[in-house]
Amino acid sequence: MYRYDTYDQRIIDERVAQFRDQTRRYLAGELSDDEFRPLRLQNGLYIQRHAPMLRVAIPYGLLSSRQLRKLAEIARRYDHGYGHFTTRQNIQYNWPKLEDVPEILAELATVQMHAIQTSGNCIRNITSDPFAGVAGDERIDPRPWCEILRQWSTFHPEFAYLPRKFKIAVNGADHDRAVIQAHDIGLELVRNDAGETGFRVLVGGGLGRTPIIGEQIADFVPWRDILTYCEAILRVYNRFGRRDNMYKARIKILVKALGIDAFREQVEAEWVHLRGGPSTLTEVELERVAAHFIDPDYVTLPGDDLGHRRHLAESKAYAAWVKRNVRAHKQPGYAIVTLSTKHAKVAPGDVTAEQMVHIAEWADAWSFGELRITHEQNVVLADVRQSDLYALWQQAREAGLASPNIGLLTDIIACPGGDFCNLANAKSIPIANAIQARFDDLDYLHDIGGIEINISGCMNACGHHHVGHIGILGVDKNGAEFYQVTLGGSQGNNTTLGKVIGPSFGAADMPDVITQIIETYVAERNEDERFIDTVRRTGIEPFKTRVYADRQPNRKVANA
Amino acid sequence: MPKLIRNRQIVEDARPVVILEEGETAATIALPEGGAIVPLAVWQARRDELLAHGCFGVWLAGDQEPRDLADDLAQLQTIAIHFPKFADGRGYSLATLLRSRFGYRGELRAIGEVLRDQFNYLVRCGFDALQPAEGRYTDTQLLAALGSIADFSEPYQVSAAVPDPLFRRVRRAA
Repeated sequence: MYRYDTYDQRIIDERVAQFRDQTRRYLAGELSDDEFRPLRLQNGLYIQRHAPMLRVAIPYGLLSSRQLRKLAEIARRYDHGYGHFTTRQNIQYNWPKLEDVPEILAELATVQMHAIQTSGNCIRNITSDPFAGVAGDERIDPRPWCEILRQWSTFHPEFAYLPRKFKIAVNGADHDRAVIQAHDIGLELVRNDAGETGFRVLVGGGLGRTPIIGEQIADFVPWRDILTYCEAILRVYNRFGRRDNMYKARIKILVKALGIDAFREQVEAEWVHLRGGPSTLTEVELERVAAHFIDPDYVTLPGDDLGHRRHLAESKAYAAWVKRNVRAHKQPGYAIVTLSTKHAKVAPGDVTAEQMVHIAEWADAWSFGELRITHEQNVVLADVRQSDLYALWQQAREAGLASPNIGLLTDIIACPGGDFCNLANAKSIPIANAIQARFDDLDYLHDIGGIEINISGCMNACGHHHVGHIGILGVDKNGAEFYQVTLGGSQGNNTTLGKVIGPSFGAADMPDVITQIIETYVAERNEDERFIDTVRRTGIEPFKTRVYADRQPNRKVANA
Repeated sequence: MPKLIRNRQIVEDARPVVILEEGETAATIALPEGGAIVPLAVWQARRDELLAHGCFGVWLAGDQEPRDLADDLAQLQTIAIHFPKFADGRGYSLATLLRSRFGYRGELRAIGEVLRDQFNYLVRCGFDALQPAEGRYTDTQLLAALGSIADFSEPYQVSAAVPDPLFRRVRRAA
């Protein structure tokens, strides 16, 4: 992974000094709340329900074991002994003290980490494929490009006070695991007919209050020009994006208002002046950054490890875990392991300091000292030998990180919700846990198969409910918490937005509602048909009919 | 007298910023003696008078077009860009365009809600004069605020005041 040179280190050290002074001035009354707000947000610091929340950047989800140990230490020292992995591959602490934050940032800087631009109306943490560099379907490794974009976007002076937040994702594989269609800029690495690397560029995607799928603005931007092209997009947005209404301020609203063709014309008119200028990337810079992402020293192994085979045959539990949580690796004899944070006893994405230390140990022992965070809020060890899988599974099981449920119904994505977040209308975590508790029969879970449930506690959609096969959105009705259900959303190459099935439900009803949806699927499905395919084929009607059959709607059916 | 930072020095500048209030027009508004910074509309309506007058500048709002000044740049000693709120970042793009696209070399002044925590970004985008609202900072605070200009010593990216990105400025070890 990328290692800082003296310049990178100086920049984050200077940031710590800057924020230390800003916090001091705020506490001394020299900075008003309004003046301090964007400064703290651009250092990941929210003031919320119980205490400040600090969101620490994990650039494109990549971490070293040393960094994870530091995160564990911070969880113990400044928090309640745990952290929460987010849908943007970052980590959040829910209990730090405002006056401790400069010190936490200084600690992070010692392991080349920071909280820069993890919130605020600026370019946020770049996200990407958690299987980058190891997936068999990868065309081009996205990681060097993520790092180049990270550096370009860090403290970009022109784009620090945009109309609204701005998210960029990069994908380089056949299967899009970075949800690029739901980002302000989605970048897909491609090769043209001449074999040159470049980017297909999408713009104006996003979830939140007005979910919109990104549209293609360019079919091929040569790699050297990608920074100038992004600059052109950002400049048009910075100048002409709406600033009068924060709910209409994302770039997607500007793109919709102008239409993609007119927006493209404006960007191209800007790009004419920037293209070929000093921001144009060089071979030397690309090689320098790419050198940090070469393959680790894989040993030559047989494609099939005999011990692993034997354990698979002997242990049903191990086989179930391998089936769901272990993926094929591009290198023979290696595997990609996903450690699940999901079970009925914890909030999705929550990991204790002890668990972090365990994961760091496993990464050191079995995965070249590195790990990744997924946007599904799980942890990936990307380079594990097949022969080590059994030992890893045993330890992960001890540590509560081996739920064999990746991609299954209980692998729920959820935001922190009303338990922690000021913005939330409703709680997310208890809903997730109640559903997980209801579906505790592993055989049944495997029979239901791949299904994604995404829960957001409010319209801001941090739990990405729009793209869940089953999406659950917390809504407030006269001070009471209700949940609206959508069906048919999906992420990936053909990202789709779910449709609302009808009036919302009380929290206590949610496990029953999910059960009825699943029963409908089981009754309707063709052989081997996945949940999402059944919903696409039948539409939402049979689900709606079943769910509302024994229920008095508590209001008129809206959006039906 | 209003104080401002010009080329990293604290100086005094008495020229008021003229704002068109409701009912006032560019053609008729009275211009103060001793110079002023006037709205774009006043410059467009009364350029000959202003040129004869001498000591003046023109200010742009965030939604105005820097291209409208492109032909006049040689005659302008001061262009100011108004920040209605410090979190309204349009002025950073306008400054960048004036400097990098149109080649403006005179004074480029940030006015309105201008705060020390944005100084570094403002200067990198080409502002050489920073005028916080009168009374926002004490003399001591303004002196301390000079330090914020240098918050980041080696930025990664190109901007109006930093012609090359880090990867072209220095040789970075792999």
